[in-house]
Amino acid sequence: MKHLLSAADLDRDTAIGLLDTAEALKRTLLGREVRKLPTLRGRTVVTMFYENSTRTRVSFEVAGKWMSADVINVSASGSSVNKGESLRDTALTLAAVGADCVIVRHPASGAADRLAGWLRAAGTSVVNAGDGMHEHPTQALLDAATLRERLGGLEGRRIVIVGDVLHSRVARSNLHLLRTLGAEVVLVAPPTLAPDGMTRWLDEAKVPISYDLDAELPTADAVMLLRVQAERMHGGFFPSTREYSISYGLSQARLGLLPEHAVVLHPGPMLRGMEIASQVADSPRAAITEQVRNGVHVRMSVLYHLLAGEEETT
Amino acid sequence: MASRQRGATDPAGQRELLSGGDVARTIARMAHQVIEKTALDASGAPPVVLLGILSRGAPLADRLADRIAEFSGVRPPCGTLDVTLYRDDLRRRPPRALESTRLPAGGIEDRLVVLVDDVLFSGRTIRAALDALRDLGRPRAVQLAVLVDRGHRELPIRADYVGKNVPTARSEEVAVLLDEVDGTDAVLLRRPESGAGE
Repeated sequence: MKHLLSAADLDRDTAIGLLDTAEALKRTLLGREVRKLPTLRGRTVVTMFYENSTRTRVSFEVAGKWMSADVINVSASGSSVNKGESLRDTALTLAAVGADCVIVRHPASGAADRLAGWLRAAGTSVVNAGDGMHEHPTQALLDAATLRERLGGLEGRRIVIVGDVLHSRVARSNLHLLRTLGAEVVLVAPPTLAPDGMTRWLDEAKVPISYDLDAELPTADAVMLLRVQAERMHGGFFPSTREYSISYGLSQARLGLLPEHAVVLHPGPMLRGMEIASQVADSPRAAITEQVRNGVHVRMSVLYHLLAGEEETT
Repeated sequence: MASRQRGATDPAGQRELLSGGDVARTIARMAHQVIEKTALDASGAPPVVLLGILSRGAPLADRLADRIAEFSGVRPPCGTLDVTLYRDDLRRRPPRALESTRLPAGGIEDRLVVLVDDVLFSGRTIRAALDALRDLGRPRAVQLAVLVDRGHRELPIRADYVGKNVPTARSEEVAVLLDEVDGTDAVLLRRPESGAGE
């Protein structure tokens, strides 16, 4: 594996390999005093974040540091990006100073893919940490890791993804990965956030889409709530946040509709009281802090697979 | 594999160094040596822990512990050690799947740790194991038990307990087969051109 650009690129064996490695790393580090492995000593990892982020950036940074890589953070503010440098020039500069891997988050869909093309000659690996409305593959991997842990497996499981499906790269990455791993995915969204062009594509891919959350909950093995992305919404997609919350928020009452074993996931940051009621977020049914914890192990696994070995030459 | 002959090279280019019976006897002898050297059945002796290096060191450590229990009445706790993340040749090979390191309940702090592996070759696996141990605790002492020492050391490392010393050419391959992993017990020497790899 040279890059991780999208969850759609991952075949079943690769995805399971990444998840198994993450699980093994989690077990290896469990209860250890020294949470540091020498595996990536001498490797340089640069995070390039053109959008705000706490958990993803910190998670990648911790993952790199626990594997002994040197991790350098570049953010759009405070770098030459503010002086008008292009993404390509910034990336080539980072490659020239010796980055073995660039982790990029960018508001434009496809940014990571372009970057991988520009950096081919330099041999630098690229990890997509979220590109616009396209994909966020490590989020999908950590969600899959959490679900595998809680449900014991994904084969035949029914996962309901609720919310701003249109703007959500988390939904897209999860849709691809969970289906690759054998789960059935149902999307639930207000009609305005699941427009015609998209439903036609989903029909072709045989992904069920529903406008009625209550109807889907009793058969769900897990519910994944998406953040309503105000920063990507230019126009009124629903009348008020209150109305959204009433129709699509996971309230305490709705939690009662779920089967006993069902898991509640949220990629964060949560808008408590909007997509998810505060009591639900703090209930033992929610795996939200586990998601964050697993995120570190999943990202360690990704860095291990990208950077530890030579590319297979066959 | 049905008709392996001791000492003779079969048409596939492999020679049996130890038969199933030899493997059992060798482990029994090593068990006696561990008991003698560590005095683990004496009062006041440091508690002994066997750590098998994955993958074939793990079943070997278990068998060694069984024999030690049989001869001394004390079964030392066993664990497993995956050293992949500590190897120095990671960059030369494609990434490998990880297995899990499991320490016995008491850990290794202040214990006498006996590392157990199937073949001692360059010594690099043992170096990686010593590095891994350092992250897991501070043993009183570390010893090494191997079923086969085939020479060609690249580091100043030696074993405390050796099942069999085998002079080999660097290009040859020593394969330890264990019932738990391979369905049979044997130690084979393979010629490189035989193509008899797994």
